[in-house]
Amino acid sequence: MKTVEDLRKLREEVQQMTKLRDGGAEVKIVVGMGTCGIAAGARETLNAFVQEIAVKSLSGVVVTQAGCVGLCDREPIVEVNAKDGRTIYARVTPEKARRIISEHVQGGRVIEDWVTRN
Amino acid sequence: MNLYRAHVLVCAGAGCVSSGCQDTQNALIDEIAKQGLDREIKVIETGCIGTCDLGPVIVVYPEGVFYRKVGADGAREIVKEHLLKGRVVNSLLYRNPLTSQLVQTYGEMEFFNRQLRVALRNTGIINPDVIEEYIARDGYEALARVLTTMSREDVISTLKQSGLRGRGGAGFPTGLKWQFAYNEAGPVKYVVCNADEGDPGAFMDRSILEGDPHTVIEAMAIAGYAIGSEQGYVYVRAEYPLAVRRLQHAINQARSYGLLGQGIFGTSFTFDLDIRVGAGAFVCGEETALIASIEGKRGEPRTRPPFPAVKGLWGKPTIVNNVETFANICPIIIYGPEWYSRIGTEKSKGTKVFAVAGNINNTGLVEVPMGMTLRQLIFDVCGGIPDGKEFKAAQTGGPSGGCLTKEHLDVTMEYDSLVELGSMMGSGGLIVMDENTCMVDIARYFLDFTQDESCGKCTPCRVGTKRMLEILERITAGEGQDSDIDTLMALANNIRTTSLCGLGQSAPNPVLSTLKYFRAEYEAHIKEKRCPAGVCQSLLSYNIAGAKCRGCGLCARVCPTSAIIGKPKEVYKIERNKCVKCGACVEKCPFGAVARA
Repeated sequence: MKTVEDLRKLREEVQQMTKLRDGGAEVKIVVGMGTCGIAAGARETLNAFVQEIAVKSLSGVVVTQAGCVGLCDREPIVEVNAKDGRTIYARVTPEKARRIISEHVQGGRVIEDWVTRN
Repeated sequence: MNLYRAHVLVCAGAGCVSSGCQDTQNALIDEIAKQGLDREIKVIETGCIGTCDLGPVIVVYPEGVFYRKVGADGAREIVKEHLLKGRVVNSLLYRNPLTSQLVQTYGEMEFFNRQLRVALRNTGIINPDVIEEYIARDGYEALARVLTTMSREDVISTLKQSGLRGRGGAGFPTGLKWQFAYNEAGPVKYVVCNADEGDPGAFMDRSILEGDPHTVIEAMAIAGYAIGSEQGYVYVRAEYPLAVRRLQHAINQARSYGLLGQGIFGTSFTFDLDIRVGAGAFVCGEETALIASIEGKRGEPRTRPPFPAVKGLWGKPTIVNNVETFANICPIIIYGPEWYSRIGTEKSKGTKVFAVAGNINNTGLVEVPMGMTLRQLIFDVCGGIPDGKEFKAAQTGGPSGGCLTKEHLDVTMEYDSLVELGSMMGSGGLIVMDENTCMVDIARYFLDFTQDESCGKCTPCRVGTKRMLEILERITAGEGQDSDIDTLMALANNIRTTSLCGLGQSAPNPVLSTLKYFRAEYEAHIKEKRCPAGVCQSLLSYNIAGAKCRGCGLCARVCPTSAIIGKPKEVYKIERNKCVKCGACVEKCPFGAVARA
């Protein structure tokens, strides 16, 4: 490391390493990972979210999981907590996950067709 | 770079290492691999999180769920339940000692959310062995700014404005100390970090070195630039092997990144750092003894002046600062002296780390703004006294300090207010004592320590502390004489005023302050041969109350010396000459028939 710019460039690169621990995320994506969710492919969905966030280097977005919410036939269920409130999507495939990232999380538009309501 | 969806932080401070965090971590990694989660979940070994009696401790991010006392089985359960299925494992959560409610996250624990972490900002959050994690959290930014945008005078005036005072005990203004060394002619000067933490129960310096070693390295380089030094030494005791290992690793990393060595950040500034391992003598925490020890001489203090800033290591101008002091430097540079001086009180700026131990619900390390009251610290942050017992006293400043009593609960914790009460801040040790503590015994304990650690160079300390200890031992053994209190006072004043260094000058403090606030306890020991707290064994006797005894014989069975005789269904009796006063019978008796007096 020869200059201050080198340090700041390295910091940009490695900031992802600890960001998860800072708290204060703007968007929280919760994937239902009960037995029913896992059976319906929630693992793949969850990984798709994580990878998409990494590929696009989004900041302030975290992905966590929750247990079964009782709507087992609509799994994988994904909850997006953002500034626009709480949105629950049903039957989220990896493909849908990538679209939720680009349209909802980045674009701020809820994808009404996939939203599930009681 | 792979992005992980969750980070599992495993505390690997020395406290958690002793409670077995290595097994926990191995089980965690093994189970994560078994469940096929190893590309999604990252396990990070961190420094001390601060809740040492709850170890091994695990924190799962991004939620910040805090798990305590996690063994290998618990770790596997966390993987299978929490990390795979998203179900928090309730049985491993922390329970609030006052409300008995489960607390799920780190941020909801009063122990953490009332703290303000400046010196400990990275400790327990980053992996101390990975320099990139330090850099990600603004590491080396302060050094970069200092070297490229600030003059040496700017650095010193920034520190003066911040109001930072030394965290090792005496509270000398850090900026002024640097100014004195700056004023001296070069070319050779030294920066020394005092990591010879010796107060029994204080371990903040160890935790910083173990959990965030780069913050010390960076701050020492800044000090080198400010005073005009190219070489630093960290003097750390050999009893801290983990701190030595992590610090050495961090120094090597900093060197390979060009953050130590020649021409740092492309400037002409050169600085390097070495570790000197001390043998663990308490007196080597005194700066002149420390310097002598680095020079390879016997660790004995010398008279001051000349102060080290004028004539220190190998006769050259030297600054000696404590670990926690250095840990405050980088935030002051980055956020500015105005920010720093807004924290704390008028004369004590910033925060202070306390090592809380004794009869208290949450023991461990806490960092709070200066000026918090003792009551807030003990009852709000640390959860109060366990088992519904009464608070009796708190010892601050370790063996050099004194005790504070119930009347002092509203005193603000800052340098000057503590000195006024005959105690001191010291390095921040805080031992909390409940109603079952004998203050004479506590004074004896601390004097036993200082007497043992006296280097022997000057007579008042070497001989005086020995005589004081003999008197205290006599009193606690029930052989106290009427003149003892006066003799103790006279000795204490002599030692205090005539000793060469801080060790001797402060050694009588625990005796003086317990005499001041608990004189009646001394008198009960001496005149009535009675220990009111029921601690001093020689003054205790055990008796079985005939009216309460049902003759079950449990006491006789549990007695290790067969001192209890009797027949079933008759009243049992204790034979005094055989009784070793262990108290086992008191605890065993279901009817409360055995009395200790």
